Amino acid sequence: MRVAILLTHIRPEEKLLITAFEARGITPDVILDRDFNFDLLGDATQPAPSGVAWGEYDLVLERCISTSRGLYALSILNQWGVHTLNSYHTASICGDKVQTTLALARADVPQPRARVAFDEAHALDAIEELGYPAVLKPAIGSWGRLVARMNDRDSAEALLEHRQVLGDYNYHTYYVQEFVHKPSRDIRAFVVGNQTICAIYRTSPHWITNTARGGQASNCPVTPELNDLCVSAARAVGGGILAMDVFETPDGGLVINEINHTMEFKNSSAPTGVNIADEVVAYALSTITEGAFA
Amino acid sequence: MITVRTAPCPVCEATVNIPADAMQNELIACADCGSELEIINLNPIELDLAPDVEEDWGE
Repeated sequence: MRVAILLTHIRPEEKLLITAFEARGITPDVILDRDFNFDLLGDATQPAPSGVAWGEYDLVLERCISTSRGLYALSILNQWGVHTLNSYHTASICGDKVQTTLALARADVPQPRARVAFDEAHALDAIEELGYPAVLKPAIGSWGRLVARMNDRDSAEALLEHRQVLGDYNYHTYYVQEFVHKPSRDIRAFVVGNQTICAIYRTSPHWITNTARGGQASNCPVTPELNDLCVSAARAVGGGILAMDVFETPDGGLVINEINHTMEFKNSSAPTGVNIADEVVAYALSTITEGAFA
Repeated sequence: MITVRTAPCPVCEATVNIPADAMQNELIACADCGSELEIINLNPIELDLAPDVEEDWGE
């Protein structure tokens, strides 16, 4: 069995995954995204940077920190019939908040209200239709980067002007989300295949609770309600290995905020007692042996 | 006797201890200057500055 793992560099998560593969007698080929050089008119017979033909891999696990490199690689490999986790279909939806919102809406999965507009005037309309406070996010981005809460029209106008001045066209897609008055925490739930294997609370006095931004991790019991929501959300985006950001609403409900397709989990195994890397590897290998992939 | 592998930090030249289970292309921080480094070679040990974070980086 041949397995490759695509990555930008080895973080603790990739080290845990490689170790988990090795514990099962499989040494994955590590392929750096900086070494990619695909012949786009070719096929899977061409060699990967490892020297092995791409088509010889039974599984390619995508763990690139670079979203663009990961997406292109998945697109190419899936077109060539190479089995990847996640699939390009799933990653392309989760990598874009607009597409994620649409997919969740199609499947009637609860989520905060959201709108998108493409110039300042209409973005301001979108914000005011949602009401203050509202949250402005880059459609493509992670780690809470450039996520901004707008409490009133003054702050909205200032943020929109700053975003408009930023040169990158991505910042001129104004994805706006209803602010959810959650407790001082959110939930990060890990879905592997058809199961929510564990979850953590991320607690922070700041309204942004990402652990990358200082949120503290503690165990969150996986209730049937949480599992059902997360599995439904995973199915809505094509399934695979996914991390769900879930908000608790003031009326006691749960909504999906975002979905991450190359999840970080180094701070989550200890509080949950679940060996996430091993669960991921077991599932990944099962998709080969059971042919559970498209 | 356990031999601790080390390499000079390419930024501040302090001695960086390399964990026994280190992997090629793993990230490591210099304890002296805090720079994020990448192990670009294990034998012999070579360190380089890790790539800067880009706008599309994330999970």
